[in-house]
Amino acid sequence: MRRLIKHGNIIDDTWQPIDPDCSVPEHGQICSLEQWQDLADKEGSAVQLEPGQEPTPLFDALEKIDLLVINFPVFTDGRGFSYARDAREHGYQGELRASGHFIRDQLTYLQRCGFDAFQMADDSDLNAALTSLRDFTEHYQAAIDQPLPLFRRRS
Amino acid sequence: MYVYDQHDQKIIDERVAQFRDQTTRFLAGEITDGEFLPLRLQNGLYLQRLAPMLRIAVPYGLMNSSQLRKLADISRTYDKGYVHISTRQNVQLNWPLLEEVPDILAELSTVQMHAIQTSGNCIRNTTTDQFAGVASDELEDPRPYCEIIRQWSTLHPEFAFLPRKFKIAVCGSTQDRAAIHYHDIGIELVADDHGEIGLKILVGGGLGRTPAIGSVICEWLDKKHLLTYLEAVLRVYNQHGRRDNKYKARIKILVKAMGIDAFREAVEQQWTALKDGPSTLTEEEIIRARSFFRDPSYLALDNTLAMSELEQDCTRDPIFANWIKRNTQDHRLPGYRIVTLSLKATGFAPGDITAEQLELLADLSDLYSFGEIRSTHQQNMVLGDVQVSALYALWQRLQVAGLATPNIGYLTDIICCPGGDYCSLANAKSLPIAEAIQTRFDDLDYIYDLGPLELNISGCMNACGHHHVGQIGILGVDKKGQEFYQICLGGNQAKDASIGKILGPSFKQKDVPEVIDRILSTYVTLRQEDESFLDTYRRVGIHPFKERAYAQAD
Repeated sequence: MRRLIKHGNIIDDTWQPIDPDCSVPEHGQICSLEQWQDLADKEGSAVQLEPGQEPTPLFDALEKIDLLVINFPVFTDGRGFSYARDAREHGYQGELRASGHFIRDQLTYLQRCGFDAFQMADDSDLNAALTSLRDFTEHYQAAIDQPLPLFRRRS
Repeated sequence: MYVYDQHDQKIIDERVAQFRDQTTRFLAGEITDGEFLPLRLQNGLYLQRLAPMLRIAVPYGLMNSSQLRKLADISRTYDKGYVHISTRQNVQLNWPLLEEVPDILAELSTVQMHAIQTSGNCIRNTTTDQFAGVASDELEDPRPYCEIIRQWSTLHPEFAFLPRKFKIAVCGSTQDRAAIHYHDIGIELVADDHGEIGLKILVGGGLGRTPAIGSVICEWLDKKHLLTYLEAVLRVYNQHGRRDNKYKARIKILVKAMGIDAFREAVEQQWTALKDGPSTLTEEEIIRARSFFRDPSYLALDNTLAMSELEQDCTRDPIFANWIKRNTQDHRLPGYRIVTLSLKATGFAPGDITAEQLELLADLSDLYSFGEIRSTHQQNMVLGDVQVSALYALWQRLQVAGLATPNIGYLTDIICCPGGDYCSLANAKSLPIAEAIQTRFDDLDYIYDLGPLELNISGCMNACGHHHVGQIGILGVDKKGQEFYQICLGGNQAKDASIGKILGPSFKQKDVPEVIDRILSTYVTLRQEDESFLDTYRRVGIHPFKERAYAQAD
């Protein structure tokens, strides 16, 4: 069972990864966008977006989704940062998970953009990665974790 | 100028600690080269040909005397005793050790400086008019808005891994001294029909491999929407900018591909979700930002008296008179002038300044200019608030220090990147070309007769030396391992912006000064009355220059 960081703790993953060959994914299995779109019942579903797949098609059913995975095939492709923020700004409340080849030095930024779970391709030292979540305690701009920019909070 | 409070300081300090940890892990082999690359670039650190290069941010080109002294100190302790002023008004160290960079950053943080986002695919240092706040043609001081943008863009979590770098410039005057047409986003303070000042937004300008002039995306935007609008533009770019080819990844390519109208529509759509949200600027925040750029304690001076005394000094000393004419500008207040210090003396790399010169400048700024100094994108330095009565004393000190070369805006005031001598991206050297041209054209009278002329040199397509917008631009190219130089004519970075046209096949290094000579003499022959180089070029076109440049030796 794969491990991940969720809400600042290291936990085991209870979801099944995408099976691209599966026509009707079972409950508890992460769907590709195409599979998810074909799901008759989206209640409690899980869906994974790849770079180039904006979250817009999910917006009508966000409250039915339990897990939204945004995958980072390479850590330098930053589209997922905007996808996450967009989904949260449209009211998504469920687990928002980054997966793939992002690096621990990106964790604070990912967290600020609304991710609350992190499944790293290299999960050999998740304890060390946890410390990177605490790199910054103050921020200038508004984001998901702190909706008020510093200029509205300065004292 | 802007002064940090405990919040600003905390952010900078936490960034230093983060980078120290990253460097330690890299040196311990825990971070790969590929992973460390964007991390170090976002802190201004390049691994160059001979040594690392560290680019220190100078937000909108403004520094105080203690910062200058700190830079001098750092350049002695960690480098070779000089620094380089870049074309983004930043300061570069050419020889620091990777291991010591965290210490340098810690030193910088003690004077409220940093190297955040001076490189990498993120939002870079916001630049502006080097005469902001003192220019006589200014509608409103752009620096408060630059500072607001600086804070918003600093460590922005969503836009740290953009398709490519992203540069913003702001201008608040009639004459554009910030080259806003050549930025990913250019912002101009403009009045609407009722006289209310708002923001005109340009998008998709840039230099590099495919130079482009920015298109107007918004004619007039209420200032309070500045950040939400920028956020909408960046979000469209982050999601849709090309990532498959780094040469097609700048926002200018996206704007061209979509067309400005479709791009605007996409931005407006994003903006509806963000508009009037928490990032909307409050009246208090604008007032707070402006409070840092209020007038210093100017004296009410009698301009007539000051000018008549200056006249006397000028009559007595024609060399001083010439410097006044070439290197000083009208200030918006009577009895003051703006002084530009040339970092373009022949024999020194354009934009380089030594630790001793930095310290002298710090002292002189304390004495004569309220302790503030500006760096310019033409790689010079400015004292913005000098009393006319102090000019002679100031000039004498500058003369001794080699900072009074009277060539501001003329042929030998060359913009030049560090080129192949330092930079690992370069295809060719640029510094020897600059020196060869400065050496060949050492007759000041001839240079003045040519009138204002911008000659810009880049060592590669990345165009750090802004060659496309020089009236004469020189670009180093590599031809089968040999260094050649392509010349373009007719570039212009002012409001009637234009991109230079390539003259023809490139030249050998040794032939460049001769070719420049031929181009200049063609202009001198063809010009009408007091027509500038650019005017003549625009009237006659490139052909007469081409013919002469490629003619066989007489």
